[in-house]
Amino acid sequence: MTGKSFESASANNVHPKQVDPRDARLSMAHIYVAFIALFIGGLAGLLQVLVRADTIKLPEPINYYQVLTVHGVLLGLILTIFFIFGFQTAAMSRAVGTLTDQQRLLGWIGFWVMTVGTVMAAVMVLLNEATVLYTFYAPLQAHWIFYAGLALVVIGTWLAALSESLRWIQWRKENPNQTSPLIGFMIICNNLMWFVATIGVATEVLFQLLPWSLGIVDRVDVLLSRTLFWSFGHALVYFWLLPAYMVWYVVVPKVIGGKIFSDSLARLSFIMFVLFSVPVGLHHQLTEPGVDASWKFFQVVLTMMVVIPSLLTAFSLFATFELRGRELGAKGVFSWLKKLPWGDVRFFAPFIGMLVFIPGGAGGIVNASNQMNQLIHNTIWVTGHFHLTVATAVVLTFFGATYWLVPHLTGRQLTKEMNKLGIIQTILWALGMGIMSISMHAAGLLGAPRRSSFSDYGGADLAKTWLSYQVGQAVGGTLLFIAILLFLYIFIKLRWSSTHKGFEEFPIGTVSEHAQKTPPILENFKLWIVILVALVLIAYTYPIYDIISNSPLGSKGYKLW
Amino acid sequence: MHLHKYEKYWLTFGVGSLIVFLLITGIMAFHNGSHPPSAKKTINYEKVDELAPFNNPGVHRVSGKDWDYEVVVIASAFAYIKPVLEVPVGAKVKFIATTKDVVHGFEIAKTNINMMLEPGYVSEFVTTVNKKGDYLIVCNEYCGVGHAQMHSMLKVVDKK
Repeated sequence: MTGKSFESASANNVHPKQVDPRDARLSMAHIYVAFIALFIGGLAGLLQVLVRADTIKLPEPINYYQVLTVHGVLLGLILTIFFIFGFQTAAMSRAVGTLTDQQRLLGWIGFWVMTVGTVMAAVMVLLNEATVLYTFYAPLQAHWIFYAGLALVVIGTWLAALSESLRWIQWRKENPNQTSPLIGFMIICNNLMWFVATIGVATEVLFQLLPWSLGIVDRVDVLLSRTLFWSFGHALVYFWLLPAYMVWYVVVPKVIGGKIFSDSLARLSFIMFVLFSVPVGLHHQLTEPGVDASWKFFQVVLTMMVVIPSLLTAFSLFATFELRGRELGAKGVFSWLKKLPWGDVRFFAPFIGMLVFIPGGAGGIVNASNQMNQLIHNTIWVTGHFHLTVATAVVLTFFGATYWLVPHLTGRQLTKEMNKLGIIQTILWALGMGIMSISMHAAGLLGAPRRSSFSDYGGADLAKTWLSYQVGQAVGGTLLFIAILLFLYIFIKLRWSSTHKGFEEFPIGTVSEHAQKTPPILENFKLWIVILVALVLIAYTYPIYDIISNSPLGSKGYKLW
Repeated sequence: MHLHKYEKYWLTFGVGSLIVFLLITGIMAFHNGSHPPSAKKTINYEKVDELAPFNNPGVHRVSGKDWDYEVVVIASAFAYIKPVLEVPVGAKVKFIATTKDVVHGFEIAKTNINMMLEPGYVSEFVTTVNKKGDYLIVCNEYCGVGHAQMHSMLKVVDKK
């Protein structure tokens, strides 16, 4: 973002650097739901690791997979979706401008539609009518209200995304031929990707699972439903990740007192994430029958393109760190590291997230590889992988953002004491996740399956070798639950403590004066939409045609829990 | 768009490794035939027990094919038929499996034999079993309340 565009963007704001209180309330509403989900979902996670380590047994009416469904739905979908739209609404309001009344109303409608949908799905899960995990694979059949609830969540996100996007479009009309604020551009990228990606899962839910669970149709095409799900499922992963990238690219440089290394590189990497998000879902289906091997490989190639924006990002971020360190007088090859503000949780939490993303990404290359995947597919290695990527890299960044965002939105400040607790919370989280995730990766390499309750597999010798790692997971999981409690304590203090009144900055970085001017093509969304749609059509038309034209007798519904 | 000199080196190195990686994976898949299991045969999942080869599950020696043994497996909630399979070490084996109800996994733990079983589809994978021992087979896709109890055993034994 250039300084000039920022001034014009903020002209109609109450305070140039303050999110309008009406927008702040909308943002905070999302954040409350997100952290209720964090608490319940985290508790479910604690129960799971304890059951798997054979230390507790769940009381009779509750089954392990019901708890697992709670964990996956609340943390994988609800925490992430609500936090992301809450954060994006605040960021759009802060960097691009206060929402109009109509835009804000649209945002509220989206929020309530999402919330009603969440409650519908949650009630069905609690009644044990929807123990189908967060991927809800047919032909296990949940109650129709569960599917209807999920459909409402998706529709609500469309309204929320539209509300934010309209604000950006308004800015573009008011500021012709100017480069839009960087974080606004990034939000548009994420929302565009989300919209295209959710078409697949919405089709699955509205046209396959709902009519089938309502008894309007008898049978469902299982492979088609899975393929539609995964056309969404990998983009979901990037949808989690891109808001963390917004913090890394735009917020962290400001926090450390540095500059954004390059506006163009940041935009280019976001565009690449958008383009290679949807036409890659088959890499989650590598071991499935009925899908052509050549098309699987083609999508593996498209998947791996993500290496390029990832390397761009790593370079840009560390360039920012090094430049800032040198500005503060660092001389040696690595001594600039010492100059970074390690005691500031607004930097420390997302930085740990970045570090953890490196092994997380490396593991991801194994998962998406045509052949290596067979060794670890559906083992607990995969669970370990996404607990590094989403549950550490992304979630720690969200925690780090919460520490300044919540006080900013509620007229308070991050005190020294809370900053210190935040540092402890980050260390606890990293430690817990490290222990749990390494144990999961190791057990997965030894063949331990994911999504499984405790079992000795008929006394098999191999299953005994998994046990110590399951204890490791329980140790890590327990630390994580303590870290969640500490986080919620900090959140409550930041939100409601009367001693914290004041002003906390919403940090938005400015671009380095050495950076080149941003080429207008990067903001030409018409072009990117055409390329995105073309890539999706190329990658999916034949496989889906093939699946439909060779489809066997469809499946009736099963309720095996 | 101008790139910094070091950024150019970094990206050249990164994109270069990417190309090498994809070439290796591609050659393994298309030249050496090491594709992930992707059979496209379909079956009526409600009549699996009556249809060949699943009307005769178990281990069968075959001749005149590219492999020596066929291992035919039926999965259903929450067991595999048959519970124990035995093949001689060094044999080239084709695993042929399907499900009678929901989606199951067929994972021979610590090996690369790992495939999804989906109603209406026959999953196949050909490999050589070159190490003796007892191999645990587990279901690795959630299939219901008995999912973790679903397992069987592959015994790779000396040639008779």
